Amino acid sequence: MNENKPALHSEGAISAESALKQDKGKWRSYRIEIDSAKKENTWWLPFISVVLALLVCGIFIAANGMNPFPVYKKMFMGAFGTAYGLTETLVKTIPLLLCGLGVAIAYRISVWNIGAEGQFAAGAMAATAVTIYLPDMPSLLVIPTMIVFSIAAGGIWGLLTAIPRTYFQVNELVTSLMLNYVALLAMDYFVFGPWKDPDGMNFPGTKVFSAAQSLPVFNDTRLHLGLLFGVIAIALYGFFMKYTRTGYELRLIGANPEAARNAGIRISRHILLVMLISGGLAGLAGMAEVSGVTHRLMYGISPGYGYTAIIVAWLAKLHPAGLVVSSFLFGGLIVGGFSVQTIGLPSSISEMLQGAILFFLIAGGTLSKFRIRQTG
Amino acid sequence: MHNQYSVEMRQIVKQFGSVMANDLVDFRAKAGQIHALLGENGAGKSTMMCMLSGVYKPTSGDILLHGEMTKIKSPKDAIRHGVGMVFQNFRLVQTLTAAENIVLGDKSSFWRGGRWLKNKQEEIEAIAQQFGLTFPVNRPIWQLSVGEQQRVEIVKTLYRGASLIILDEPTSVLTPGEAEQLFTTLQHMKNEGKTVILTTHKLKEVMASSDHISVMRKGKLIHSMEKSATNERELAQLMVGKELGESMPLLARTSGKRLLDVSEVDVYAEQGRKSLDRLSFHVDEGEIVGIAGVAGNGQKELAEMLTGLKTWKNGAIAFNGEPLTNGSVRSAIEAGIAHVPENRMKSGLAGTLGIVDNLLFKSYRNVERSRFGMLRISKNRAWSASLVQQFDIKTPNLDTPVQQLSGGNQQKLLFAREIHQQPLLMVAVHPTQGLDVGATEGVHQLLSEMRENGKSVLLISEDLDEVIKLSDRIIVIFNGQMVGEVAREQADREKIGMYMAGLQNAEGAAG
Repeated sequence: MNENKPALHSEGAISAESALKQDKGKWRSYRIEIDSAKKENTWWLPFISVVLALLVCGIFIAANGMNPFPVYKKMFMGAFGTAYGLTETLVKTIPLLLCGLGVAIAYRISVWNIGAEGQFAAGAMAATAVTIYLPDMPSLLVIPTMIVFSIAAGGIWGLLTAIPRTYFQVNELVTSLMLNYVALLAMDYFVFGPWKDPDGMNFPGTKVFSAAQSLPVFNDTRLHLGLLFGVIAIALYGFFMKYTRTGYELRLIGANPEAARNAGIRISRHILLVMLISGGLAGLAGMAEVSGVTHRLMYGISPGYGYTAIIVAWLAKLHPAGLVVSSFLFGGLIVGGFSVQTIGLPSSISEMLQGAILFFLIAGGTLSKFRIRQTG
Repeated sequence: MHNQYSVEMRQIVKQFGSVMANDLVDFRAKAGQIHALLGENGAGKSTMMCMLSGVYKPTSGDILLHGEMTKIKSPKDAIRHGVGMVFQNFRLVQTLTAAENIVLGDKSSFWRGGRWLKNKQEEIEAIAQQFGLTFPVNRPIWQLSVGEQQRVEIVKTLYRGASLIILDEPTSVLTPGEAEQLFTTLQHMKNEGKTVILTTHKLKEVMASSDHISVMRKGKLIHSMEKSATNERELAQLMVGKELGESMPLLARTSGKRLLDVSEVDVYAEQGRKSLDRLSFHVDEGEIVGIAGVAGNGQKELAEMLTGLKTWKNGAIAFNGEPLTNGSVRSAIEAGIAHVPENRMKSGLAGTLGIVDNLLFKSYRNVERSRFGMLRISKNRAWSASLVQQFDIKTPNLDTPVQQLSGGNQQKLLFAREIHQQPLLMVAVHPTQGLDVGATEGVHQLLSEMRENGKSVLLISEDLDEVIKLSDRIIVIFNGQMVGEVAREQADREKIGMYMAGLQNAEGAAG
């Protein structure tokens, strides 16, 4: 009658009791505790999560009357099996990598930025604004200007979350999420309204970018220079965290905010900096997408890259190298999802897989802190 | 069988790792009595009570309830045996109402409609009335005052049919008026034939409310007696012990230069209560000043104020001849104030980071450690290696997460970092908490070495032996105020104990 009584040594520990029957009719009771102090390395968790997600979604596919194995095979081949699939996967990897890195930096210091989608849109809009309002710029300067503007816009969008958090203790989850809608609706306004291409047959999009406004592509594929941005950003991130003073401060805050305070680090200022970087990276992803892939700002430009990035970051356990792998995997998941459409499955199968992976990751993170102790 | 005792705990031993929390304790309490378990923080009172309520299991020893051997396996089991405990921090669901909290876990009925709850509410109100407890039954917990929440907890135990009620430091969160009311309730419970046990370190309350008193010190039960057979003075003595701890041989102080001068500062807690109240004291160069006092009388705030973690109001603090910047950790570090915080893993070290990163905490801004915003990695590693050697820190390598080190080595690491800063003043809070004998000795050595080098230490500790052993002067604080000051030569446990217990009219006014 007393399950709600937290008993134990660690704060917030919860215990539930169960009695398991033993051989000779003797009862022994066990207690499940959450050991919040436990900090074992759970490197295997992402792998298990992916496997379990495939398993669960396999059941759904089977329930739809299909054999999951050929479906997965088709997804895999569609994403990684052909040169075309592989470049498409890489094209999707770029925004996921940049946005994922952005949110990962914020998550490192426990700032829960879920506004990458909005920051992405802000960056895309800023880059497009350059093409619309400064059309006669020297062509060598166009791309750099677009990059600077998009990073600034994404960063400012991030600051809109960071400032209330820092100075008024406003929950960043709420503000960053709400600002997504503001940014996405603003984008709708522009593509349906003032920025709409007059010769575009009423298509909700801007005029197609000129060659100078588009990122160069590799060898006639759709794979563009944005890949380089991602690689550089990851390398810079790794370098920044390991070798710089500010990176050290961020590591400290991430590991133990109270100790960081004791070391004289002002956490609030670092939240501003981190959100600026985080938003800036998502903004850059937005620029890369409009300038490298769609060559115009248009309605529905992001299939939720900013949200998928959250899963990408968790799957990577916020680790730079892990981010490369997980964003590539998720890029493949999106492309693979399209390829199964031809056999009569909806492409949302890939979204289902994404959701399931996150679910198992988070559940696994909690479950791995459970301890079963014998009490009797 | 001793049927006259409702509770008997025999030869109880409880060990946590290598720490002996309870050492062969015999404890007995009678029904229809209020039994006070008195002792300083860490004396083992709560541990004893937690074993009675099934939170912990004794390493060895027996528990008898109403004369019968009982194995209490869990809190649930304790309830079944009629043992209810009101913890210091309440276990209530903030968003549920008082009544819902009380019936939580009640399995008497599967269907819990409005009718059922209404009946239960009446039942609860009847219990509350019987014991003189008033609180709004239908309001969510978060809207209730702390005193009301405590009443909910008490009714919860009564509702579950407890005949033995344990209250762990019940008055520590209450206002004087609420405490008064609590004692009336306890009287009611006593008159109903319940056994009431309360743990506390407040002498006045013990004398005002209890029938029988047991005193614990350092995990042992020192004495047990009727209230009528004792007085506050004796209790204070029993609580802190009589024997004078051996003190370190200290050289005579030479420099008389004032290093730290705190005058009439106030520090406010969140609710506008004063944690430090017009506190004034000073520390000279080359001096170890001990701050003694029962936990929660402003020690933590004092340390936080000096290290820049908390701001003070009114008054002034001068350090090394200059005014100290209020509420800036950076300027405190730069001025030369080192800090060994109370809980090393919580606020002193970053457990998941390695040795090097933890050593860099305070010095990473120096040119030696970083230049142009970049850490000087290889230089820092060499430096860390030398510190590890100098302070004899046992670690597999420089990248080992510090949470994997032993407590003693963690503390050495912390001291290495702080001492390397060459501070003028070290604020050390419970520096030997949780350390074994050898490691404790090591820490004491480090502190007295600082003194020998002409540096000063402000030693805040609950361990009176430690304070007496190391300090040149001992300042006792109570309720955020300085209530007494004792020079090393006159260090007298009895007198310090009286000051600590808030008995200000002790002979020999504050020096």
